[in-house]
Amino acid sequence: MGEQTFVSMEGIDKSFSGNQVLKHVDFSVVPGEVHALMGENGAGKSTLIKILTGIHHKDAGTITVKGKEGAFSNPKEAEKEGIVVIHQELNIIPYLSVVQNMFLGKELTRGKTGILRNKEMYEQTKENLRMLGVDDIDPDETAGDLSVGKQQMVEIARALSTEAEMIIMDEPTAALTDREIENLFRVIRSLQEQNVAVVYISHRMEEIFHICDRITVLRDGEYTGTKVVADTSFDEIVTLMVGRELGQRFPERHHQPGETVFEVKNLAREGHFENISFEVKSGEILGVAGLMGAGRTEIMETVFGAVRKKSGEISVDGKPVSIKHPSDAIKAGIGFITEDRKDEGLVLHSSIRENISLSNLEAVSKNGWISGKKEKDLVESLIKKLHVRATGAEQEVRSLSGGNQQKVVIAKWLGIEPRVLILDEPTRGVDIGAKKEIYHIMNELTEQGVAIVMVSSELPEVLGISDRIMVVHEGKVARIFDTEEADQEMIMKAATGGEYREEIHNE
Amino acid sequence: MKKFIMSNLSRLGPLLGLILIMIVLGFASDNFFTLDNILNLLRQVSINALIAFGMTFVILTGGIDLSVGSMLAFGSALTAGVLASGMDPILGVLIGLMAGLAMGAFNGVVITKGKVAPFIATLATMTIFRGATLVYTEGRPITGLSDSFTFEMIGKGYVFGVPFPAILMIGVFFVLFFILHKTVFGRKVYAIGGNEEASVLSGIKADRVKIGVYALTGMLSVLAGIILTSRLNSAQPTAGTMYELDAIAAVVLGGTSLAGGRGRIVGTLIGALIIGVLDNGLNLMNVSSFYQQIVKGGVILLAVLLDRRSK
Repeated sequence: MGEQTFVSMEGIDKSFSGNQVLKHVDFSVVPGEVHALMGENGAGKSTLIKILTGIHHKDAGTITVKGKEGAFSNPKEAEKEGIVVIHQELNIIPYLSVVQNMFLGKELTRGKTGILRNKEMYEQTKENLRMLGVDDIDPDETAGDLSVGKQQMVEIARALSTEAEMIIMDEPTAALTDREIENLFRVIRSLQEQNVAVVYISHRMEEIFHICDRITVLRDGEYTGTKVVADTSFDEIVTLMVGRELGQRFPERHHQPGETVFEVKNLAREGHFENISFEVKSGEILGVAGLMGAGRTEIMETVFGAVRKKSGEISVDGKPVSIKHPSDAIKAGIGFITEDRKDEGLVLHSSIRENISLSNLEAVSKNGWISGKKEKDLVESLIKKLHVRATGAEQEVRSLSGGNQQKVVIAKWLGIEPRVLILDEPTRGVDIGAKKEIYHIMNELTEQGVAIVMVSSELPEVLGISDRIMVVHEGKVARIFDTEEADQEMIMKAATGGEYREEIHNE
Repeated sequence: MKKFIMSNLSRLGPLLGLILIMIVLGFASDNFFTLDNILNLLRQVSINALIAFGMTFVILTGGIDLSVGSMLAFGSALTAGVLASGMDPILGVLIGLMAGLAMGAFNGVVITKGKVAPFIATLATMTIFRGATLVYTEGRPITGLSDSFTFEMIGKGYVFGVPFPAILMIGVFFVLFFILHKTVFGRKVYAIGGNEEASVLSGIKADRVKIGVYALTGMLSVLAGIILTSRLNSAQPTAGTMYELDAIAAVVLGGTSLAGGRGRIVGTLIGALIIGVLDNGLNLMNVSSFYQQIVKGGVILLAVLLDRRSK
């Protein structure tokens, strides 16, 4: 096959109820390449993939797979031709074993009896996992007990077992630790060697420039170009995505941190973390870095009273506060923007108004009665302040884009006029434009003297916006840096325990 | 435009269904649209409606309460017992209602603090409360209640020609409607059903709200039981058996989602009326009670299927 294209889509048009979401999009993939598909949320990436795999049907254009023209009518057909999609939400049944998941729906049986050939399936699974270099996964283990990274490996192994020639990965690294990402990249490289094409959908620029060969960019349903990674730059890709120069990614920080506002001393939670102490000054942003599972989110949940602590003191503006429930934290002036906005941040079926009021019910009511006017005033001023793009306060939040949903969550917490705002992965799954707006909001808050704690797995973001950086490693504070004296490598070293061990050696 | 009509159709669906059924029954039976029958119907509906109002709150939080019938029986027996011993009827009613509140709160505590699934928790308390009723009544009906005018009024009385139970139902409906739509408590009920975790992280004490909701249901169930006791002039230890099913049916017919977070109490009122109208109409038409059950079940199924369609 060599240079022959594996998949070629040309001039694809698609409309949903009169709304054109794809306009003449071209996209082609050659065997053995890693091809990034980029674009802001709503640019049409997933629609394009759904058309390729037969979930949606194109209005116009041609699709050629392995030199043959024609479109698939469902994902099963696409799979037969070697095209497999690995979704962000993994398709793993948690209660079944790895082997059972691998062979789901295509179990090996003795003839037509329905009696399983377990031993054979076990051996094949083992072989598949070994080929991926992940032989530390036991085929008999319950899939739900594996880490997300390993579950993903099981999915990739499953795709390979069906002789996939092209694997489409949708935000594959969103839930992975750095080590797992490294492993994923190693696997992608080995897929490449086996001449398998990988389509890589992601927002993470650094990763794309690290692993991909070519980048195709969509903007508002239009094809804006395909670039060879070696010949392009961040700026060029961003310009293709947003149609303008974005300028600086992070806002200029002018504010000088003032008095200490937020102080956590010797916080501990059984089995999760211990001896956590840090402070944040007024107008300061403390970035919190660390590997996934290091305990960053758990620390923040505990500070906020969502789970019970074993010991430790918390004070706001020099006054010790006793936090046993999130409502105590809110009374103390602490807001918490959670990592998972769909599960923990929003009531998806409710309106923007109801979501914003949720943390502000005291403020918009009197003696338990909600004041329609007070509520409307508060909600509308926050919608305006944060530039939430919606048809109005009554729009259901589930129909908003990721970035706008995140703004609703932020609005919810600005309503309480926080002294301390904790943000856990505030820009995950948010497109570049909205990301920049979120950084701006954070910057504005610091200018009003709010103390900000930002947990993030994106090191450029941590370095770009924080004043100081706390690195957490296995439930302990590994080190706190001033941002000027830190770089990615130093943070990674501290996050992986390098620093910590060195200190012990030196002692 | 189509979307607009569809979304309003699904809101108005239960009401249209009720009107349709009433028209059909009106043609089928001459007696259906008489004033007497309509007033009688409202009185019949009130018992299920009061239970279903409470059930609406419970279901909106994402829960369920199977113990309503048993709470009704125990509360009724207790009230009847107090009356039979010659104490003040108002005191009897208050004691009954407090018992309902306590039983409901117990459900709530088991569910929230004990972290037991509502279905299981109330399945167990359904049996416990029924057993307690049988123990208290020694398995026999309590009769010989006082001939207090006040107590007889609750189930049998009329105000300006309208049965008192119907007035009670409408009054309670308005109070609950305002609680649900105009108060912080109501907002919390919806939020917890929509996303409990997000609600707690927004500072809502979900456990308290839930305990309150189950307590309310317990109290409303006993109120329904008191109406029943007053009408029959006795408390039956087996009263309220299977009442939970009609109450849940009324809530579901009214368009409230069993998953919680979405629904309206107006819908429940209409749902209870649909069930009441069917019972009443089929009786007037002399349909055997065996067939009645098939028709009732069929209507519930049809309503839910239509609701699925429009979504």
